[in-house]
Amino acid sequence: MLEQKMVATRESYGNALVELGKEHDNLIVLDADLAAATKTGIFKKEFPDRHIDCGIAEANLAGIAAGMSTCGFVPFMSTFAMFAAGRAFEQVRNAIGYPHLNVKIGATHAGISVGEDGATHQCNEDIALMREIPGMVVINPCDDVEARAAVKAAYEYVGPVYMRFGRLALPIINDSSDYKFEIGKGVELRKGKDLTIIATGLAVSESLKAAEMLKEKGVDAQVINIHTIKPIDKDIIIAAAKATGRIYTVEEHSVIGGLGSAVMEVLSENCPTKVTRIGIKDVYGESGPAKELLHKYGLDAEGIANTILQ
Amino acid sequence: MNKSELEKMAVEVRKGIVASTHSAKSGHPGGSLSAADIFTYLYFEELNVDPKNPKKEDRDRFVLSKGHTAPGYYAALAHRGFFPVEDLLKLRHTGEYLQGHPDMKHTPGVDMSSGSLGQGLSVAVGMALSAKLKNMSYRTYCLCGDGEIQEGQIWEAAMFAGHRKLDNLLVIVDNNNLQIDGTVEEVCSPYPIDEKFKAFNFHVITIDGNDFEDIDSAFKEAKSVKGKPTVIIANTMKGKGISFMEGQVGWHGKAPNDEEYRIAMEELQKAGEALC
Repeated sequence: MLEQKMVATRESYGNALVELGKEHDNLIVLDADLAAATKTGIFKKEFPDRHIDCGIAEANLAGIAAGMSTCGFVPFMSTFAMFAAGRAFEQVRNAIGYPHLNVKIGATHAGISVGEDGATHQCNEDIALMREIPGMVVINPCDDVEARAAVKAAYEYVGPVYMRFGRLALPIINDSSDYKFEIGKGVELRKGKDLTIIATGLAVSESLKAAEMLKEKGVDAQVINIHTIKPIDKDIIIAAAKATGRIYTVEEHSVIGGLGSAVMEVLSENCPTKVTRIGIKDVYGESGPAKELLHKYGLDAEGIANTILQ
Repeated sequence: MNKSELEKMAVEVRKGIVASTHSAKSGHPGGSLSAADIFTYLYFEELNVDPKNPKKEDRDRFVLSKGHTAPGYYAALAHRGFFPVEDLLKLRHTGEYLQGHPDMKHTPGVDMSSGSLGQGLSVAVGMALSAKLKNMSYRTYCLCGDGEIQEGQIWEAAMFAGHRKLDNLLVIVDNNNLQIDGTVEEVCSPYPIDEKFKAFNFHVITIDGNDFEDIDSAFKEAKSVKGKPTVIIANTMKGKGISFMEGQVGWHGKAPNDEEYRIAMEELQKAGEALC
């Protein structure tokens, strides 16, 4: 068997910026001394004049992005999720969200898969923070194809967009020739009648593997990919709840405020259904190789399957 | 406008501040009044703006980083023709467009929503940088408070502006020496403000910010500075122009009642007549 191609979505972000940068002169990339890590360095190499390093000053980064967007640029402000959504939350809320400015936030190194750097850099709260901001689009792509499509869609959308990317290389699952990305549209990746796994980001490919494990135990699981947490695809969630009657959400994010909460909000108002949230259980992460951490925190395929079988 | 015309207009701007905060029964007259002469100079002498085309691409930009002094900003915008002067009385009223802090989405002439202190200078820096990248000649102006510069983000922005040599950026610090909890010296001293900006590669000009001759020469000097941004440290009087508000910290965020409104408007009326 050929080895599956693996790409980290932060890499997809850098590559997509270069592609878009070739087509659009008004695309500007801002970074905060992390160009090598966020992969905006790829863009910098190609377009040095359109890459602005703001230094280690994320509040200022967000404000500069806001100011440039009022002058016709489409700034992609880039840093780690911890600093984009966490450190600069109020700047993003007041200087970008409130005036609904056309700023794109490329947040890399989200979740515990940051790995060895440990808890201070593992942002498990960004989806919750960003989806609180009125008018903010929140996208969490699951592989290279989806991440590159998301960056393009974010450019085309007029208004603020938060994009969540990871450090860990992920398998490519959206490799069909007719792949389409639409903001706010969930995707059914696997049919199933016993229960539904709704996953986002890194958890999508692990959920697909978990579904295969469940099949061996005689459980037929539907898998839905929610790449856009906000605006969320209510229809696909309600239809799944009606069809299988049992929902599991999986995310590399706190179980408080993220995908799980968003799904429960939709269902409790429209189609009350039992939901189990699989994610980071209101704790901080720790240092360790990403895959070991995903295993320890029950977010790899085995952990997901075990939770569902319990 | 000549000095006398500017002084008369500043009286009208001050009337707008008193009337709008009285109508709103809230708001920030103290810092609006200290900066009233600067607002007046900006909108009647300095800025290349067009009330008929508030979004024109090559306009000068202005960011009111000390956004709570919106009453002064709105009064200047209204008298400059961006919206009707009588609308000032709708300040802070439910459903109206003159929000407690500037809202670019709903108020003609407002280039940036602001109010959360410390953030406006970064936005102004983004605008000035945009002009450089686009090779455009418009200038960007940003008014900060002396209390506001206690915010760390101001110095992130100053560091960047100095580093990038943004000589199309002019920062004005309204140094009225009062903030909510007392004098800025007592609360958490930002002094010496001039040395701090100098250290960030700024050209520094210190003036009497309630004197149009000083203001005029400082703004002209700023335009001639190349290779670095300029900051004008405008030493002002909080509550300037209203006898019982001058130098009183209590008037930072309090509206005049009916009696105080009457006295204040009478004083301004007399001040205006004295200029004729």
